[in-house]
Amino acid sequence: MAMLHTVNKSPSERNTLDSCLNHAKDGSSVLLFEDGIYAVVRGSAAAGRLKEASGISLYALGPDLKARGIGDDQLVEGVTVVDYDGFVDLVTRHENVQSWL
Amino acid sequence: MKLAVMVNEGPYQHQSSDSAYQFTKAALDKGHEISRVFFYHDGVNNGTRYAVPPQDDRNITQLWSELSKKHSLDLVVCVAAAQRRGILDADEAKRHGKSGDNIADGFRISGLGQLIEAGIQADRLVVFGD
Amino acid sequence: MSETIKKFLYVNRKAPYGTIYALESLEVVLIGAAFDQDVSLAFVDDGVFQIAKGQKTTDIGMKNFSPTYSALGDYEVTKIYVEKESLEERGLTPDNLLHLTYEDEDDDYAEKDSIRFVSRAELSDIMDQQDVVLSF
Repeated sequence: MAMLHTVNKSPSERNTLDSCLNHAKDGSSVLLFEDGIYAVVRGSAAAGRLKEASGISLYALGPDLKARGIGDDQLVEGVTVVDYDGFVDLVTRHENVQSWL
Repeated sequence: MKLAVMVNEGPYQHQSSDSAYQFTKAALDKGHEISRVFFYHDGVNNGTRYAVPPQDDRNITQLWSELSKKHSLDLVVCVAAAQRRGILDADEAKRHGKSGDNIADGFRISGLGQLIEAGIQADRLVVFGD
Repeated sequence: MSETIKKFLYVNRKAPYGTIYALESLEVVLIGAAFDQDVSLAFVDDGVFQIAKGQKTTDIGMKNFSPTYSALGDYEVTKIYVEKESLEERGLTPDNLLHLTYEDEDDDYAEKDSIRFVSRAELSDIMDQQDVVLSF
């Protein structure tokens, strides 16, 4: 049963990402969107935490990256950028969804 | 698939309503059914027709109203949360002796049971909040 | 009310009173009880503060809604998961929490604890098994 977890708050503002990663099982997916996308900026403390979570498939919402001026060249390895269509696909492809607020 | 959406925050204050809107629109464009959009907490504030946002930016309430009309969406504003925050339809206004109502087109006020029912009937329920 | 029974998990991660999420999420649980679903509550991170005992709210001028948690048993909400790590990280022990119970009609209405203390890993498994997760 693979769950899709979403995180929409910045890792430097809230502990949401940490809490999500503490509970996301291997084989599940994490989608970062809204301010949550800052976690995939290469060189950030959160990026380090994400690297440790190797059993998780990582996604970030492209429109939110673009809005915040984060370029493709700034992203950590291993993150797949999706748009809202992709967000919908992630929801339908996973057994269940949990939004970490 | 049948998808339900929950919006926990008001317009503009948080990106939640915008994200929910974009998600809903994308899902509909892909041919999915959005069985209900349930507005809770400050999310009920998306349902006031008296917002007058600046002309050069999106009118969130209007976007929801238009999407609702185009796709016959069921936009439900929670009655308990709405009463706390002053979002009323004509019946509610009359019942509580208020001088007017402010619910926007395409939205209806109903109980929390509608949220649970949405969760039961949909294949997936996605929550947008803070 | 419905033939389909889904696993509903209500996730509470925020402290009470500073925001309305604790109160309004409890209202969802109470209304939701009428739908006879397989309901669980999880108190994680700052959410554990919601069920701290001894809440006295007169001086902040807000309603003390913590007594309502004690009614959950009457609404057949009997699976209340409290994460151990969340308690420990906040300097709390089970003694700091409300004693939440229910009457087991299958066991001569014996009073039983509704709170189940679980580890992060156990809660992870519980979350994974849910059909609908409501976050506030």
